[in-house]
Amino acid sequence: MGDRSLLVELGDEISPAVNQRVQELFSGMDSHRSEAILDLVPSYRSLLVIYTPMCISLDEIKASIKDIWNNPNQSRLPQPQTVKIPVVYGGEHGPDLNLVAQYHNLTPQEVIDFHTRPTYRVYMIGFTPGYPYLGEVLDAIATPRRETPRTLVPKGSVGIAQKQTGIYPVDSPGGWQIIGWTPVKLFDPLGKPPSHFVMGDRVQFHSITAQEASQWQT
Amino acid sequence: MADVEILEILSPGILTSIQDLGRYGYGRYGVAPSGALDSFALRIANLLVANRSDQAGLEAMLLGPAIRALTDIVVAVTGGNLQPRRNKQPIAMWRSHILKKDDILSFDLPLSGFRAYVAVAGGINVAPVMGSRSTNLSSGFGGLQGRALKKNDILTSENHPQPVKTDTRAFNSAWIPVYPNNWSLRVIWGPQDDHFPDESRESFLSATYKMSSDSDRTGIRLEGAVIQQKPDIQASIISEGVISGSVQIPGDGKPIIILGETVTGGYRKIATVISADLPLLGQIKPGDAMQFKAVSLDEARRALTALEEKVYKFEASLKS
Repeated sequence: MGDRSLLVELGDEISPAVNQRVQELFSGMDSHRSEAILDLVPSYRSLLVIYTPMCISLDEIKASIKDIWNNPNQSRLPQPQTVKIPVVYGGEHGPDLNLVAQYHNLTPQEVIDFHTRPTYRVYMIGFTPGYPYLGEVLDAIATPRRETPRTLVPKGSVGIAQKQTGIYPVDSPGGWQIIGWTPVKLFDPLGKPPSHFVMGDRVQFHSITAQEASQWQT
Repeated sequence: MADVEILEILSPGILTSIQDLGRYGYGRYGVAPSGALDSFALRIANLLVANRSDQAGLEAMLLGPAIRALTDIVVAVTGGNLQPRRNKQPIAMWRSHILKKDDILSFDLPLSGFRAYVAVAGGINVAPVMGSRSTNLSSGFGGLQGRALKKNDILTSENHPQPVKTDTRAFNSAWIPVYPNNWSLRVIWGPQDDHFPDESRESFLSATYKMSSDSDRTGIRLEGAVIQQKPDIQASIISEGVISGSVQIPGDGKPIIILGETVTGGYRKIATVISADLPLLGQIKPGDAMQFKAVSLDEARRALTALEEKVYKFEASLKS
């Protein structure tokens, strides 16, 4: 992409297998990081390698990527950590819960049951700082984005967009269906690391009351 | 060395923020680089006041701030000509000047370009966040409390040189960029140029676009020929990393040039502005016209080498 980045595509679909390959290449590139590489942005199916063109050529970057790709070292990838996220579903914290329920002819409690059932994979962090793209949502509650995005979605909001679910780490505009809210702080610019999640983490949601949320200590 | 109070903001102008060359290495956490949009101008401003070229300075947009010197300091103003003044008297851009204690640096009506850069000897000291002093305005961190500067803000310097040196430095006048109202931006096709039919690619290159007034630091929105994607493909792509200079085509077909506040996106990118022309993106202003010209990777590399040589040669000339 342009004269200072290379988009390495490792598949053309959203799947755990493709995402795992991205994670492996990302991890390998990260541990052999040269100063000529400015940043690495892993996503669902590709890794964006941003480099300083005055310090390294495209051919050299390609060679180092091939080298890492051809010498896979599975032990590089740590065991994924499973992060439990408490959510207050519905009410003022989840204004779209009833809408999602109606869309699928379910009760709000059934939507909550379906949303808390899977263990989700963090496919990527993007959109805003610390925003985890989680998948996959069960078909029973997969719901399209809102037709008109909200201009302000409060931080901590838990949303659904088709088969993806995610959590807004900072106040931002957004078009996902908001079904709940978590008191967990997901992004801290001074934190090391700044994001609560990293790519490849597993996430489980569980339902808590507003009362429990108000006593939540992060 | 202890922090020294060097500047007081008397009025902030439209949008003045602390920026360095950007926050890289945190894309994995969804953190965009931010940083000076015209990095060339900031680097030269820093060299003019004997700083490292990557130190933090002020980026002012269109109508600049009024700033009081709280001690004797050396400053340089580069980038767009927003008519800098010292105690109301015009001062030359692209060279260093001394501000005595209580002198006021202000700006008049903009003459050319969109953003001016102010560097101060010793740099501006705010706590680095993730390795950078750049202000991330959309997420509210970095810089001074994560926000644009406002009246009564006091800025400090960690390495304020005492006593202030009297030598003045000037950038080679032949190398000072000219900022027109009609721009030519060089691009490299891709990464999704093959998602657009030939007619769309041709009209992208032949059209004259205008920068829309709803542009901001996240992107330059363009008015002009609408770019249609191929008919039989989905409206968006699977989200992936983007860089500043990516020209994305959203559903309405109006191109947006991404600037440094975005790290991933789900729109197709027809082309990418080359590195040598990125600094220009900080100087295009609403209403300006622009055309795109497709170039090869080799041409992009030659253009960047030519630009970087100006910085290196200037830096070398200061040491000799």
